[in-house]
Amino acid sequence: MMEGLDDGPDFLSEEDRGLKAINVNLQSDAALQVDISDALSERDKVKFTVHTKSSLPNFKQNEFSVVRQHEEFIWLHDSFVENEDYAGYIIPPAPPRPDFDASREKLQKLGEGEGSMTKEEFTKMKQELEAEYLAIFKKTVAMHEVFLCRVAAHPILRRDLNFHVFLEYNQDLSVRGKNKKEKLEDFFKNMVKSADGVIVSGVKDVDDFFEHERTFLLEYHNRVKDASAKSDRMTRSHKSAADDYNRIGSSLYALGTQDSTDICKFFLKVSELFDKTRKIEARVSADEDLKLSDLLKYYLRESQAAKDLLYRRSRSLVDYENANKALDKARAKNKDVLQAETSQQLCCQKFEKISESAKQELIDFKTRRVAAFRKNLVELAELELKHAKGNLQLLQNCLAVLNGDT
Amino acid sequence: MAAEREPPPLGDGKPTDFEDLEDGEDLFTSTVSTLESSPSSPEPASLPAEDISANSNGPKPTEVVLDDDREDLFAEATEEVSLDSPEREPILSSEPSPAVTPVTPTTLIAPRIESKSMSAPVIFDRSREEIEEEANGDIFDIEIGVSDPEKVGDGMNAYMAYRVTTKTSLSMFSKSEFSVKRRFSDFLGLHSKLASKYLHVGYIVPPAPEKSIVGMTKVKVGKEDSSSTEFVEKRRAALERYLQRTVKHPTLLQDPDLRQFLESSELPRAVNTQALSGAGILRMANKAADAVNKMTIKMNESDAWFEEKQQQFENLDQQLRKLHVSVEALVCHRKELSANTAAFAKSAAMLGNSEDHTALSRALSQLAEVEEKIDQLHQEHAFADFYMFSELLSDYIRLIAAVKGVFDHRMKCWQKWEDAQITLLKKREAEAKMMVANKPDKIQQAKNEIREWEAKVQQGERDFEQISKTIRKEVGRFEKERVKDFKTVIIKYLESLVQTQQQLIKYWEAFLPEAKAIA
Repeated sequence: MMEGLDDGPDFLSEEDRGLKAINVNLQSDAALQVDISDALSERDKVKFTVHTKSSLPNFKQNEFSVVRQHEEFIWLHDSFVENEDYAGYIIPPAPPRPDFDASREKLQKLGEGEGSMTKEEFTKMKQELEAEYLAIFKKTVAMHEVFLCRVAAHPILRRDLNFHVFLEYNQDLSVRGKNKKEKLEDFFKNMVKSADGVIVSGVKDVDDFFEHERTFLLEYHNRVKDASAKSDRMTRSHKSAADDYNRIGSSLYALGTQDSTDICKFFLKVSELFDKTRKIEARVSADEDLKLSDLLKYYLRESQAAKDLLYRRSRSLVDYENANKALDKARAKNKDVLQAETSQQLCCQKFEKISESAKQELIDFKTRRVAAFRKNLVELAELELKHAKGNLQLLQNCLAVLNGDT
Repeated sequence: MAAEREPPPLGDGKPTDFEDLEDGEDLFTSTVSTLESSPSSPEPASLPAEDISANSNGPKPTEVVLDDDREDLFAEATEEVSLDSPEREPILSSEPSPAVTPVTPTTLIAPRIESKSMSAPVIFDRSREEIEEEANGDIFDIEIGVSDPEKVGDGMNAYMAYRVTTKTSLSMFSKSEFSVKRRFSDFLGLHSKLASKYLHVGYIVPPAPEKSIVGMTKVKVGKEDSSSTEFVEKRRAALERYLQRTVKHPTLLQDPDLRQFLESSELPRAVNTQALSGAGILRMANKAADAVNKMTIKMNESDAWFEEKQQQFENLDQQLRKLHVSVEALVCHRKELSANTAAFAKSAAMLGNSEDHTALSRALSQLAEVEEKIDQLHQEHAFADFYMFSELLSDYIRLIAAVKGVFDHRMKCWQKWEDAQITLLKKREAEAKMMVANKPDKIQQAKNEIREWEAKVQQGERDFEQISKTIRKEVGRFEKERVKDFKTVIIKYLESLVQTQQQLIKYWEAFLPEAKAIA
């Protein structure tokens, strides 16, 4: 239905800026630049055209594109998560699945209800729903892009082989979505993980930094979750109110065209006002969604990723301590000492490696977060101001005309 | 006083009848009907009388006139006209043509012509219109406020008393500023009285606010929550608008019941307004009967104006209902938005608390505060949406119902006239039969009956013309009012929106530097 990204330039630029801005510290270095240059929405899947520009020797060409689907992004993300070497890094959160169901349903309902409303109303609502669809589409594209950019910006992850394959291999990666069995396995894995997480979190950390981070992240994550949900609801109410303006505008228009007295001009003008105001209100709602709701949602996922990192570290700490105990036992029994020693050393190394990188990652996380919030809050305030001023202007103009008439 | 004046140039001077009428009230009552039946009297002084229909506690002649100058003239005029019967009903004169012509001593009015020429009334109407305009521009200097709702009593017998304050410079009131305490049923009682007097002769009586058993019960029970305060406020505003509309109507303003309502400190309790009273049930029965009748009356509409207007009002009704539904949805959504904004504000504050970067933490707290203020704005906005826009629409939907009712009364009036004509025909046939059968006593009776019914036919025709005239005038006034009302309210509403946006700008402008200060 919707093809290509380049429909409303206005729309595109703001959103692109908006979501990319979530990761402000992305070095746009020539070494590796990734973006999604195009996207196609088919029946129930979206095909992204991933475009890479790189001066790295790993790639055959300097510039190339491939077509990828959502499942392939998930595959890439999971491969990072499962890779032990990356245990010490915050794995960039996977992009959410493209979800056009709600929008599609609404369009369908509109089609069914076509007979019950006037032509203008129908066209207006159709335009509105199409714009909504386009917005969701652009958002999902942006989120997939952000994921790739994060990976590309990460000094370690960008060198990952799977990543390179993802970027370069111009045929289908034959990655199918997880079937039922695998999904069930995932579910159990998660349960085990969270149970384990509880046990592991009971272990007090000697390191103040990590202890602090742990308490902080736990609380922060919960609160971001709450704020994100509430922000979502707020944005949606805003949108409903804007939609009402649409219907009011139509009714006023009908009144204006049918009335016999001189009030009809009045009604027509007010109807026009409502139409214009509605567009602004819809933009307000969309911008709030972008700058606030999306920001919070993203940091919800990132904070989860950070929590996962901490979990992995704690896990390795527990493993280390267990290995220590095992070594002591082995030494006491004087049995399999060498084995125990090697295993202990491995655990130690692992733990230390994770701790080191984790520290840096968490510091980076904070920097990124602060910068992203700053950028988005500033932009939110600026946009709200712009729209309020626009609204004010409209209202004042309309009042001037109406007062002049009467 | 009467004796001093020249006898009016009546066709058949009826000095005897004249003397009979000592009672000023009755005189006046009769006067009204006679005035009404002379369409060709363009004399302005007679106008005020026209407005008061021939029934109910005939207002005293002196109080009728709006303009002081004309008062005396008119008062004299009323006393001079000789009239037939001092009843309240439309006068049934025993003469074939009630010589009702001259009313005022100043102008010679041509005797009423039998032909139903509508041209004369039209001129009449126009001049009346002019006078009306003058009177309107002549400041209806009366301001009504309904305030201070206060709960009186306890339990299920409790009620809300509202203070009705009137500020006026009109001479008909004894003071220029006064207030009384009234309860909701008093308002309903007033409306019921006005409706019974004026509706069936074609005046658009503004409908009273609706009852709400649920709402009142909550208040009675003493629930002090926001929904019951909202309910009381909604009702107070509705009562105020109702009174303001009622006093704006030049005819209703003259009504003594209205005056009593505004002025007297004690008012007899209007029990007839209770839904479950005998009167209430009677009302419901009547409504049902009316509905059935409406379906069976096939009116021969000779005047396209009425048909056109009825269609227009039908359309307007539909449009307004549709708009009202949308506005109500908007009010609902905005209230939702306000609640969600408040929830978000709290959440953002919590987030700001847990954020360990100080500048960001402060900015988030600021954001929370901004959102809280915006929530307040949304609430006010919803308030404006509702009280200005939505209530205006629902008032007009009810008003249009009243207008439709008036049109229906006209139909009923026509039906009555038609029925009288049919009966007259029958009586004439009966008489003819008697003539043939040669029964002298029965013939006399038949002749009497014919006379009776001829009079009824004429009265019916007069009534019909009168109601048509009144409706035309009323509809004209209604349309003007409507236009004015809508324009005023919508402009006020838009101005409140301007305020909202200006506040929004202020809040975000205050927040922006905070956001930029995040380092």
